[in-house]
Amino acid sequence: MNQNQSIVHIDGLKKHFPVMHGIVFERQVGAVRAVDGLTFEIHRGETLGLVGESGCGKTTAGRTILGLYPLTEGSVKIDGHDINNKDSENILAIRRKAQMIFQDPFASLNPRWTVNAIVSEPMRVHKLFPDQKTRTEKVKELLTLVGMSSRLVNRFPHEFSGGQRQRIGIARALAPEPLFIVCDEPISALDVSIQAQVVNLLEDLQDRFNLSYLFIAHDLSMVRHICDRVAVMYLGIIVELASRNDLYETPLHPYSQALLSAVPIPDPRKDRARNRIILTGDVPSPLNPPSGCRFHPRCPIAIDRCSVDEPEWREIASNHWVSCHLV
Amino acid sequence: MDKILQINNLRTIFNTPEGIVHAVNGVSFHISEGETLAVVGESGCGKTVTMLSILGLIPIPPGEIVSGSAYYHNKDLLQLPEEELERIRGREIAMIFQDPMTSLNPVLTIGRQLTEPLTLHLGFDQQKAIQRAVEMLTFVGIPDAEKRLDAYPHQFSGGMRQRVMIAMALGCAPSIAIADEPTTALDVTIQAQIIELVIRLREELGMAILWITHDLGVVAGLAERVIVMYSGLILEEADVYNLYENPCHPYTTALLGALPRVDYTRHQRLDSIPGAPPNLLIEPKHCPFAPRCQFVMDICREQMPQLELIGSDHQIACWVDIHTGKSR
Repeated sequence: MNQNQSIVHIDGLKKHFPVMHGIVFERQVGAVRAVDGLTFEIHRGETLGLVGESGCGKTTAGRTILGLYPLTEGSVKIDGHDINNKDSENILAIRRKAQMIFQDPFASLNPRWTVNAIVSEPMRVHKLFPDQKTRTEKVKELLTLVGMSSRLVNRFPHEFSGGQRQRIGIARALAPEPLFIVCDEPISALDVSIQAQVVNLLEDLQDRFNLSYLFIAHDLSMVRHICDRVAVMYLGIIVELASRNDLYETPLHPYSQALLSAVPIPDPRKDRARNRIILTGDVPSPLNPPSGCRFHPRCPIAIDRCSVDEPEWREIASNHWVSCHLV
Repeated sequence: MDKILQINNLRTIFNTPEGIVHAVNGVSFHISEGETLAVVGESGCGKTVTMLSILGLIPIPPGEIVSGSAYYHNKDLLQLPEEELERIRGREIAMIFQDPMTSLNPVLTIGRQLTEPLTLHLGFDQQKAIQRAVEMLTFVGIPDAEKRLDAYPHQFSGGMRQRVMIAMALGCAPSIAIADEPTTALDVTIQAQIIELVIRLREELGMAILWITHDLGVVAGLAERVIVMYSGLILEEADVYNLYENPCHPYTTALLGALPRVDYTRHQRLDSIPGAPPNLLIEPKHCPFAPRCQFVMDICREQMPQLELIGSDHQIACWVDIHTGKSR
């Protein structure tokens, strides 16, 4: 299959959460603009990183792409299926092709279900195998694939450590043989030594099944390690999108520059010799984002124009997109 | 430099229905005046319990400090009666906790929480305490400090709350500040702000800092000396340059290899550490890292290695020389 064929198309995706006021005469008084216009594609076998500070809307974006939240505006197409098409066959097809790995391995597995029930559920829903016996065989195969013993099928989630639970979550995501997986901070709840195991597993599975990942994370070092392209999000929009090396070697948006300069390097001489850009203040509220460029109140190089005009989304170099007036 | 805190052979256990949890299994180290010491380890390695034991904050029962001493100047903190310990804790040894969301009292104003230690420890009257609180808030970079005194914690963001926590810890001008994962709950940009602030405070106030973290990246830019803990034991102790440039314990090298780096252009596979973290219900009788170690020898599964000097200011507890792969 063509490596550059894109499998996920996202166009002008918006997700606003209404803010209601009043009890009897309830009315909408505003909206939290969590995701406010995302446009990008993900290719077959590619990992796209989505990074940003907490509250920038990256998790909401991931969930809206999979249809877990109904979108407010825009379109999402996964392997040709439009998520706006509410036809049950269409939704079922999307559910099978797109899966999710969740952040918290302690909250995302049903504590009353055995590993067998958890991992075989997607196969049951999608009627992939005729009976439970063949499904159990498949579950054992999947457990071996994610580096666990196939004898553990009848255990319950509480019998496993965080890293093992995350492997079970990965096995569940793989069960319906998806093309595209949204990984929502899959390693941030794990210890360093276990993080590397899970990341290596995700990479192996990608090579083997030609999977596409949307890798949502706030750990920029890990994103550089695992992603092919990276999108930097700030207050509901993408401010820069480029290939991994372009973004990390020559970040163009002042927010990307500040974000990257804040990442600690585990090398005392290098870390201390670095010029840090220290941003002042916190991320503003998405209830009422700043006018013009959303980053201008914290931007170290902002000019008058930045508070008035919203910057255009431009391709500065080949496949290097940025929205800033001063680039 | 004088040692201001000396911990010897500290052992802390917890009696639980499942059995005895061996949290700290004989830890000895010191902090010198004005020094920044980092204690690094994964969750469950005993780094937080060590700190809580020193300060008498372990709930007893179920906790139990089995042995050890912690000398602050000439007083053993582990033997001091509660009233005397209260005079030192918060005043001379201050704490900055991990989670700024839960370690401030949500029903008291920031001003009330900031002035309390000042009136309690330093005997300030209300007016003087408020004046000092405003000074501290301004110092940690909170604008409009006077007005903010009447605000409640929920009106501050995470980064601002951590600044308030730092202001509170430093109000009494302590000689040691113990910070337990102070930036773990924060975003990288806010983390950079807090680290910058701590470096400035250290330079201007000259206090010693004990920084407890799991993040080897943060430590590199901040610490002078580093202790690596695993399973309630110190495995390696070195000055920060030695530790990163010449790590000698297999666990330290494995941890550094498992870390992705933002400054690496070439894609290389991460060296994952096989196996799982140790079970704390079993008291370590031999090297606790042996089941996961790539250099493991027979002796590692039989005897406990002791911390030994292998260079100036560089100690490891290991039977193996990782450069040759043979016994040291």
